[in-house]
Amino acid sequence: MEDTRLTPFLSILGLLVLWVVAALLTDDAQLLPTPWALLPKFAQELASGELLTHLGATIIRVLWAFVLAMSLGTAIGLAMGRSVRLNRWLDPWLVIFLNLPALVLIVLCYLWIGLTEAAAIIAVTLNKVPNVATVVREGGRALDPALDAMAQVYRLSWWRRMCHVILPQLAPFIAAAARSGVAVIWKIVLVVEFLGRSSGVGFQIHLYFQLFDVGMVLVYALSFIAVMLLVEWLLLQPWERRTARWRRA
Amino acid sequence: MTRVEITSKSFGTARVLGRVSFTIDEGETVALVGPSGIGKSTILRIVAGIDTAFDGRVERPDAVAMVFQEPTLLLWRSLRENLRIVHPALTPAEAEEALVQVGLAGKADFFPGQLSLGQQRRLALARAFAGQPELLIMDEPYASLDQETAQGMLRLTETLIARHRPATLFVTHSMQEANHLADRVLTLREGPDGATLG
Repeated sequence: MEDTRLTPFLSILGLLVLWVVAALLTDDAQLLPTPWALLPKFAQELASGELLTHLGATIIRVLWAFVLAMSLGTAIGLAMGRSVRLNRWLDPWLVIFLNLPALVLIVLCYLWIGLTEAAAIIAVTLNKVPNVATVVREGGRALDPALDAMAQVYRLSWWRRMCHVILPQLAPFIAAAARSGVAVIWKIVLVVEFLGRSSGVGFQIHLYFQLFDVGMVLVYALSFIAVMLLVEWLLLQPWERRTARWRRA
Repeated sequence: MTRVEITSKSFGTARVLGRVSFTIDEGETVALVGPSGIGKSTILRIVAGIDTAFDGRVERPDAVAMVFQEPTLLLWRSLRENLRIVHPALTPAEAEEALVQVGLAGKADFFPGQLSLGQQRRLALARAFAGQPELLIMDEPYASLDQETAQGMLRLTETLIARHRPATLFVTHSMQEANHLADRVLTLREGPDGATLG
């Protein structure tokens, strides 16, 4: 089939068909309801305002953690990519944090800081920073030294160097880190909410897990996945297309 | 006046340059020639202030411009932006006029990747002259161009130097280019303690 703009929608439709087949084969609405069986539950949660309240709480946490993790990870990764000495010092830390299970960091943050919003966001941020730093470090190593020399001769300000010389070279690496970042962060946010918050999609999934209500678990999970797909299609992909415009010219 | 007094320059234990001293007067064009790998580009990097790890001192004016061996452009920015990012004081109209001067009229919205190598080198020249430099440094600006394009670039550089009158130091392998463009030719020769001016 020829690749068109419709392909992503057809692909998702294929997944829905698989779900329907699995639900019909299972033939147990409590274990795996059909997509259309979720619609009344979805409408009920939307009408009551519960869905939007909890989606909103999770989105805010994801946004905070995403911005903090991307900023810190980009700064650390860039510094490590540019300085062999700094990389030698920080590389072991990176390996340790990359291999530290997310759950351990979450539990430690809750124990040390308390069951607070700050602890939740810090836990998610700390989980993601090493991944961003690792990806951006490669970008830092690949920066063109000739452009650095040009910026030095023409005395470009720090701000201009960052905006026009360094960040555009890092754009593919930042895009890769952002894309995997959004996907990983929201999953960790759900765990954080599951363990220690009283709002958010993770909290609701915890609640309906205890009630063994698979339908409601799916309603909340799928609603957030829909939001993340919109972020991917409406924000990330257009930004990526815009930053790569010069390659296609 | 640009005054260069290098007493030595080494890379690790390898001494590349010995004593190298020269001056360039305002409006003077000086060519630096010598065999490949002798340290000509190293001298240019020291004069430009890119390489500061050397023994000696360099006095240079504030407004310095450099044309590198490769065009060294911001491939992700338009031609107009390539000029205005480096020289923020330029208005869009002035940037376009600078492009006209190097034969790139009507291409202000193009990206550098849409230009030929010769045109990219013209853009690098436009960027260098757009800041009204007091000292212009050029490192083999016509390398890897065919003879006709190189001749065109040589004439263009000559015109721009005559119009802006910066002190100019340039490296070339071609004595024809050196004699055509320069008021004075400096020759770098291998010595027992690194290269010196012969």
